Amino acid sequence: MDKLRLKFAKTGRAVYISHLDLMRTMQRVFSRAGMALKYSEGFNPHAKISIILPLSVGTASLCEYMDFALEGEYDLKMLPERLGPYMPEGIAALEAYPAPCKGAELRWLRLEGLLRGGRDAAFYTGFFAKSPILVEHRAKRGVRTDDIAPAIRSARFTDVENGVRAELVLHAQEPTVSPELMMAALGENGPAYFRFTRLEAYKEDMTPFR
Amino acid sequence: MNEKIDALLRQVQRPARYVGGEYNQIVKDKADVDVRFAFCFPDTYEIGMSNLGMKILYGTVNEMPGVWCERVFAPWGDMAQAMRREDIPLWALESGDALDAFDIIAFSLGYEMAYTTVLDMLDMGHIPLRAKDRPGLKHLVVAGGGCICNIEPMAEYFDLCFLGEGEDVDREVIELYRQAKREGWDKPRFLRAAAQIEGVYVPGLYAVDYHADGTVAAITPTDGAPAKVRKRIVEDFDSAYFPTKPVVPSTEIVHDRVSLEVFRGCIRGCRFCQAGHTNRPVRSRKPETLLRLGKETLENTGYQELNLSSLSTSDYRGLSELCDGLLDYCRPRGISLSLPSLRADNFSMDIMQRVQQVRKSGLTFAPEAGTQRLRDVINKNVTEEDLLNSCRIAFEGGWNNVKLYFMLGLPTETDEDVLGIAELAKKVFWTWKQHAANKARGVRITVSTSEFIPKPHTPFQWEEQISRTEYLRRVDLLTGALARTKSVTYNWHDAEMSLVEAALARGDRRMGPVIERVWRSGGRLESWSEYFDLRRWLEAFPACGLDIDFYATRARPVEELQPWEHMDCAVSRRHLERERARAYEGALTPDCRAGCSGCGAASLLKEGVCRG
Repeated sequence: MDKLRLKFAKTGRAVYISHLDLMRTMQRVFSRAGMALKYSEGFNPHAKISIILPLSVGTASLCEYMDFALEGEYDLKMLPERLGPYMPEGIAALEAYPAPCKGAELRWLRLEGLLRGGRDAAFYTGFFAKSPILVEHRAKRGVRTDDIAPAIRSARFTDVENGVRAELVLHAQEPTVSPELMMAALGENGPAYFRFTRLEAYKEDMTPFR
Repeated sequence: MNEKIDALLRQVQRPARYVGGEYNQIVKDKADVDVRFAFCFPDTYEIGMSNLGMKILYGTVNEMPGVWCERVFAPWGDMAQAMRREDIPLWALESGDALDAFDIIAFSLGYEMAYTTVLDMLDMGHIPLRAKDRPGLKHLVVAGGGCICNIEPMAEYFDLCFLGEGEDVDREVIELYRQAKREGWDKPRFLRAAAQIEGVYVPGLYAVDYHADGTVAAITPTDGAPAKVRKRIVEDFDSAYFPTKPVVPSTEIVHDRVSLEVFRGCIRGCRFCQAGHTNRPVRSRKPETLLRLGKETLENTGYQELNLSSLSTSDYRGLSELCDGLLDYCRPRGISLSLPSLRADNFSMDIMQRVQQVRKSGLTFAPEAGTQRLRDVINKNVTEEDLLNSCRIAFEGGWNNVKLYFMLGLPTETDEDVLGIAELAKKVFWTWKQHAANKARGVRITVSTSEFIPKPHTPFQWEEQISRTEYLRRVDLLTGALARTKSVTYNWHDAEMSLVEAALARGDRRMGPVIERVWRSGGRLESWSEYFDLRRWLEAFPACGLDIDFYATRARPVEELQPWEHMDCAVSRRHLERERARAYEGALTPDCRAGCSGCGAASLLKEGVCRG
């Protein structure tokens, strides 16, 4: 079976697993479940799997997507249940289906987060309402300064007990802005501690990505 | 994960190694647990999780109802620093509970350079370092592993140690501990009783006296402890516990694969080799058992690689049959098979060719010495002809990457032996020129040398270690001899660490404070060159009134009582003395199958007969 997509969640202790380690882990999950992933041809064959939008270490997600291909035929509806017992703690298979579109069509992400040890909600709201918002980041050719303001569709901040709650909708691919980059933009006004969770993914026109 | 720890994890490299939650980890309900056992590995997660002994004991201890064994590793420098700064104690991966929540804190010691890390982990877990400062039964600190055959330098820190293989004796001690806890014994009573279990060494029950010159005068057992602690083995290795459901790390480790232990012990009697002498007698698993265990473990882990492990896999009688069986299973599933520690002989090369049909990784041989004379002295039964013949087969088969390992400073070594290494490397190169399947690809021959370290319980336990200056002179000699051979790369390990390793390996109890001093001055994770600093040791020895050369470089008279002579690893002192004499005669001793040399290890078997 080709061009399959798995939606999965990565939370709890699994948020510390890096992207490369996750790829390896997923291959082993399939192998433990007795399902053979398709391999590329060639001198150094590798499993045909790709995770659409690599997640930063420390960020949780309820909407990760992995494209893959399987040897043999399976009832895709049953796949999450079959894979479940073979996952490490914190990774949950949610849904498997034939990929209805290219991974590149994933454009927006809705996230929530918690910020501690920095400024209050009003400050963050004011900061991210302005334009441009310039961030230096390391690119292939030296340090580049980017304006991330156009990639922030919405950024709401609310004071909660012990910190600030963030609700964000960010452009995820071309251009990419991550919550980590937003925190970096705050410079010394940034929080001492923050954590984010991806909640939902959308296409360019804000229809749900599947 | 609480937020304080979560904040730390975001600041450090590779946080996944600190959080547990991996597939196959064992979590128990604390309400059903009466003994909590912390299995501590005094090195990083990546090293510790690669250790087969750890997987075995984790599995077998967790099979005991009411006992929960969890894993603890030493954090890398950035994490250790952050934890100390934030005053977060060292925790176990499964529960996240700090070390002081555990009843038994057990260390696996396979390498002397880990000693300072043991102290660091205890301290990071808020456990008093010395046995005498832990008056209660709680926080019993124990140790097992290869180093126990001379654990004297660490004697004051451990309450008890396990000599030999741990599968059975660990469980017996845990049962006794449970009884002691239930019946409210005090710690001395528990230790006295534990010392009666075969394979248990309670350092506190032995008094050691010294002569004025610093050598050991007497080792006296007290409170009914045995005069000699006899090592334990698993006699029926075929049915011995094997971890077919090991924890599968979610982050890459050093040996990220299934490791199938085909046999224990070694039939070769290489005179420098400690493992070859302390793990006797040889006990094997049947090929059909290994096939079943291998398949089961592959299925339960999802690993794509399987490695056959032992001290000398070529010597496994069923190797051919086993490899065929495994290949039948592995090939169609894209699982690769790896065979380390092969000997340079025809049989091994044949197996190699069958196993590595697709990817031809490098081949490694360990002739250990450059001339036949010296190879005879160390009883390394490999001839130049064997080696070159193996290389020829390899080059014909398309391999073009050969690594050769040697030691410098072996007993009786002369400059001629050192130069012999270069000669041998050149002959390997000529063999390639004559027989290479494809010369266009070139060849890589790597020669590596390390310094010989005399180890307890070997025929060379009385030998001197050459000084670092002398080692470097021999390195220079070899470098010069290889200078004009373009296809040969020469790597040498610095001898700084070897000096400390040698001192610790043959050390006595007076070295405890030296280890503490090195740790207090920052020594930890010292098997990592980035964390090792010889200066700390060179400062600590004299500060504690000791001389590092007394331990490391000094040749011992055979009559001298060695600090480890109350450890009985079943190979007799008489055998070691005989082998030492034969070394000086350059006489070979046949392997155990060609002829029993009466080493004494057979006495560990019920029938008293070793089948090799």
